Amino acid sequence: MTASNPKRHFLRGTRDALPFLLVIIPFAALFGVVATEAGLNVAEVMGFSVLVIAGAAQFTAVQLMTENAPTVIVILTSLAVNMRMAMYSASLTPYLGSAPIWQRGLVAYLMVDQAYALSQIKFEMERELTVTERFAYYVGTVAPLAPFWYAASYVGAVAGAQVPPEFALDFALPITFLAMIAPALRTMAHVASAMTSVVLALLMAWMPYGSGLLVAAIGAMIVGAQVELYMERRAA
Amino acid sequence: MEELNHTTVWFVIFAMAIGSFLIRFSFLGLIGDRPMPEWVLRHLRYTPVAVLPGLVAPLVLWPDATGGNPDPARLGAALVTLAVGYFSKNVLAAILSGAATLYGLLYLLG
Repeated sequence: MTASNPKRHFLRGTRDALPFLLVIIPFAALFGVVATEAGLNVAEVMGFSVLVIAGAAQFTAVQLMTENAPTVIVILTSLAVNMRMAMYSASLTPYLGSAPIWQRGLVAYLMVDQAYALSQIKFEMERELTVTERFAYYVGTVAPLAPFWYAASYVGAVAGAQVPPEFALDFALPITFLAMIAPALRTMAHVASAMTSVVLALLMAWMPYGSGLLVAAIGAMIVGAQVELYMERRAA
Repeated sequence: MEELNHTTVWFVIFAMAIGSFLIRFSFLGLIGDRPMPEWVLRHLRYTPVAVLPGLVAPLVLWPDATGGNPDPARLGAALVTLAVGYFSKNVLAAILSGAATLYGLLYLLG
């Protein structure tokens, strides 16, 4: 065991996160492009990327705004996309729950899928880490991601106005989301949940302004949880 | 497409900024070291796969760009993206193959 060395863990986090730049940079640029096509100006694009800092929810909000959904539905549905972060928050709590409040606040602001995934595995594997070292590692993972997230959003927003319709950018969002969902279909329960979501969303498409999606999402979460329980009982 | 109201856009941005922070801070900030009820975690686990497929499905089947009619290029691109993502577990590879399929089919069929 070496002595406590937060700086070393910060750098480890940064190194572990570097490959994710390959996903973060195009995804952020795409957000800038799609949001600009939807009619947002550069300041608004940056407002989303800096203040909200949650790609999938940002795309959802822009999509629903272009469909002229009521503002309440835009906000609720986009926040529903972010509800997975409550799970991240819950599962990081045993490792970081005793950190000072400002550190927990910073961890919350910077909570992105990649930082969570890397940190969760690291904390589980290396139980002997102190809370300070864990915090250093976590911030280290976001250190390369957040600046490129902001910068690529800006580049996308500035370039976005010049992209002609032949590029079929309307389909950038579905492709990006499908690419994110597919690897998440790890178990029977995840597949059942996703299929329920699709079927209910299509059946409820008549409901005004995306409110059908909320119904579909709640139904799909219940199905996922129930299938998980069923599989556990069968395995037992 | 109607012009977006910029006051509304900023309202959405601030509401989402505050809401997203509260979701992320929730357990970490308020629960601290206490454990969470099992049934809550069990439902939270499925939020991404419960929301995103439902959001995408109508966009794939009835795209605005083709007047709401199913379009072979977009359907093909969606299937390829899903298949590559599922088998490779690689988000970037899935996006790139989906985009290549879309442009390939648009070129061939267009």
